[in-house]
Amino acid sequence: MNRQRLFNLYGVLAIYRFEMARFRRTLWQSLATPVITTSLYFVVFGSAIGARMGDVDGISYGAFIVPGLLMLSVFTESLNNASIGIYLPKFTGTIYEVLSAPVSAFEIVLAYVGAAATKSILLGLVILGTASLFVPIHIQHPLWMAAFLLLVALSFSLAGFIAGVWSQGFEQLQFIPMLIITPMTFLGGAFYSIDMLPPVWRTVSLFNPVVYVISGFRWSFYGTADVGVGISLMAMMLFLLLCLTLVWLIFRTGYRLKS
Amino acid sequence: MNSIISIAHLNKRYASGLEALRDVSLEIERGEIFALLGPNGAGKTTLISIVCGIVRLSSGNISVDGHDIAREYRAARSKIGLVPQELHTDMFETVWDTVKFSRGLFGHRPDAAHLEKVLRDLSLWTKRHDRIMNLSGGMKRRVLIAKALAHEPQVLFLDEPTAGVDVELRRDMWALVRQLRDSGVTIILTTHYIAEAEEMADRIGVINKGELILVDDKASLMKKLGKKQLLVQLQEPMLAIPDGLNDWQLVLNDGGNELECTFDTGEEQRAVPTLLRRLGELGVEFRDLKTRQSSLEEIFVNLVRQSR
Repeated sequence: MNRQRLFNLYGVLAIYRFEMARFRRTLWQSLATPVITTSLYFVVFGSAIGARMGDVDGISYGAFIVPGLLMLSVFTESLNNASIGIYLPKFTGTIYEVLSAPVSAFEIVLAYVGAAATKSILLGLVILGTASLFVPIHIQHPLWMAAFLLLVALSFSLAGFIAGVWSQGFEQLQFIPMLIITPMTFLGGAFYSIDMLPPVWRTVSLFNPVVYVISGFRWSFYGTADVGVGISLMAMMLFLLLCLTLVWLIFRTGYRLKS
Repeated sequence: MNSIISIAHLNKRYASGLEALRDVSLEIERGEIFALLGPNGAGKTTLISIVCGIVRLSSGNISVDGHDIAREYRAARSKIGLVPQELHTDMFETVWDTVKFSRGLFGHRPDAAHLEKVLRDLSLWTKRHDRIMNLSGGMKRRVLIAKALAHEPQVLFLDEPTAGVDVELRRDMWALVRQLRDSGVTIILTTHYIAEAEEMADRIGVINKGELILVDDKASLMKKLGKKQLLVQLQEPMLAIPDGLNDWQLVLNDGGNELECTFDTGEEQRAVPTLLRRLGELGVEFRDLKTRQSSLEEIFVNLVRQSR
């Protein structure tokens, strides 16, 4: 245990592998559903409707929506994976083992959030591959694209972890992805540039944090953005910081984990 | 005293205002089997959960093998294995994967040989590739024990280990617990089956309404608080207890056909011959004699009743 006095590596790996095994058990459900959904988006918006639309910021409509669609899936999957990851042990009672083990709060979060982020990044890459079958994709800043993807997967997985701890039923578990994230994503420029909106709605859209995420991610693909890349990056870092603070508070107070 | 767990002035008040534990102090000796008895809601599971790190304490100090459970939680928790009362398991996992998970979670490198030994000891080896959802209730309880033993703990908490299991499995578990104690593991068990504590425990603690009302060796507890009864079946019914028998605590039962004498355990060697001699002197004839000793259950019920 000497090495584990500072860091319980085997503990983190055990939780991480357990979560990834759950992903493998439901591989078809985990991958096929989002891939089919994304393909349908491309068929409807990219080919059927997109063919009748002009370019946006010099990019074909089909290609324009790729970053937004990818983000939509990554947001949703990160939230779902991380929230279910921590909610299920709470629901089944197996959380007792994690809480009684010599693992720190940081290690617990690292394992659950790391596994959830891994899953959503894998899914994002699969969706990117699927999109490339429908539209030609060129990524101008691949390293920034990877960095944005990682940052978004991590911060939304943290948000999912918080939602999973907060949830006291499956209905609450679906509340944040379905009623908050999906509408914010649809209104956050996934399918359009906010420059296309009337000035009033453009101003309103700037209060939607998802706008900054999609804009920054789209910039990494095509070099064009609704808002400055620096601002996008700062907004994402702030969101990450907010999530980290909430997770810290959860473990400090034992909120809905320890009575 | 060579304590492995030391609990000092432990208090727990839940957010609801419920005072689950009140000023509990307890020393668990290394290598013993300690049974914690108490009625439902007495605070047994809360006490175990606090030591294991699942529930927060309100005040007090607890150390496991000299390690404070808050400041040195890694060292303290790595020495503890917990078998919960409820069958909390990951139904879709296989037996092998779940014990492997438990070992890793507690910071131990993989050790297939140790896991194989644990599974064989618990008659689970042939089931290692089975999903937990396909096992019987008794087998699931064995899996929970295997998970608790996967990281080679020095202290094992068994919260109602034989609740809802059949007699054969209960006997198997008692044998396993003794085997673990013989290998140096300290066992703390809570149970509703007083016979289980009577059968296995070295020491017994009785908790009621969050207060530890008694801790003692089982033998000494039985001696101090146990009662013995001599039942004398009379040849002729007796209408009233004769004046010459006023020195004994006697009751007439069965319409005067039985004389019941109660005395403290340990006094029988003096009390029984004296009483029988006195009966002879008074010309009271009897056809049969029976003795019975109060069980731990009766002692427990009396203790709890007195503490109300």
